[in-house]
Amino acid sequence: MHVPVLKQGDYLIASVQSVLSDADLVQLRDDLAERVGQFRSRGVIIDVTVLDVIDSFATRTLRAVAHMLKLRGAETVIVGIQPDVAFAMVQLGLTLEGVGTALDLEEGLAYLDRLARKPVKHGK
Amino acid sequence: MENNEACVSINSAADIVTARQKGRALALELGFDGSDLTLIATAISEVARNIVNHAKSGEIVVSPMNHSNKRGILVVARDEGPGIKDIAKAMQYGYSTNKGLGVGLPGAKWLMDEFDIESKVGKGTTVTMKKWLH
Ligand SMILES: Nc1ncnc2c1ncn2[C@@H]1O[C@H](COP(=O)(O)OP(=O)(O)OP(=O)(O)O)[C@@H](O)[C@H]1O
Ligand SMILES: [Mg+2]
Repeated sequence: MHVPVLKQGDYLIASVQSVLSDADLVQLRDDLAERVGQFRSRGVIIDVTVLDVIDSFATRTLRAVAHMLKLRGAETVIVGIQPDVAFAMVQLGLTLEGVGTALDLEEGLAYLDRLARKPVKHGK
Repeated sequence: MENNEACVSINSAADIVTARQKGRALALELGFDGSDLTLIATAISEVARNIVNHAKSGEIVVSPMNHSNKRGILVVARDEGPGIKDIAKAMQYGYSTNKGLGVGLPGAKWLMDEFDIESKVGKGTTVTMKKWLH
C-alpha cells in the first residue's frame, strides 16, 4: 500500500493508510528523501495512527528514515503511535531514539514549529 | 464463531502481514483484549520476519488451546532453513547476524507467556509461543 505524501508549507505529511509491508516502508523512505529535496522541506510528519504493529523492522526503518531525512536537512516527527502499540514497543525494548514523536498531527506540527523557531547555533 | 486454527505459509514479507492478521483475528475470537492482541500480533510479526530473513520460507500456525482450567493461543513458527548454531546467543538482546537490532527472538519471548525454540543446523527452526487468557 502506497503512502501518500502531502506538502503543507515547509513541511511534508506522510499518512500511513493501512498495514505496511517491508517494501512499503522502503518505498516511503525513498519517496520522502526525494520530496524533501524537491520541496526543500524543513520538517516531515509521519502519521502512523493506523499501524497495528510496530515491530523491530518497522522501528529500525522509521529510525533510518528520520536519520536520513536529517542528513537531507529535515526534522522528522512520528505521530499517532497507539497506546497498545507503544506498550508492545516498550515490551520489546524498542525505542525511537533520536526521532521526535508527538501525540497527533496537530502536536506534530507544533513540534516542528518549535524546532524551526529555535535560534540556529553557529559552531566554530 | 468457530475458533479454528489457521496456517499461513511464509514466503515473502507480505505473508508476515497475513500471519499477524490471522493471529490477531483468532486471539480476538478467543477473548483477548486490545493490548494483548497487539502483543500477540507483534510477536508473530517477529518470528514470521525471522523466517523470511533467515530461512526464506516456512509456515506459521495459530491455534486455540483449551485446557481444563485455562485457555489461550498457540503460535508455532516452523521452517526448514539453515537452523541456528548457538541458540543461547541468538536469544541475547542485540545479537544479530544480519545487521538487525537483534530484538526479534528475545522480544517475542517477553511479549508472550511461554516461549520455546528448537533448532538444528541444516534442518530448520521451530519456535513455539503461548499466551494464556487471564
Ligand atoms: N528462523 C531462523 N532461522 C535461522 N536463523 C534464525 C532464525 N531466527 C533467528 N535466527 C538467528 O538468530 C539471530 C537473532 O534473531 P533476532 O530475531 O533476535 O534478531 P534479527 O532477526 O537478527 O534482528 P531483528 O529481529 O531485531 O530485526 C538472527 O540474526 C539469526 O542469525
Ligand atoms: Mg528477527
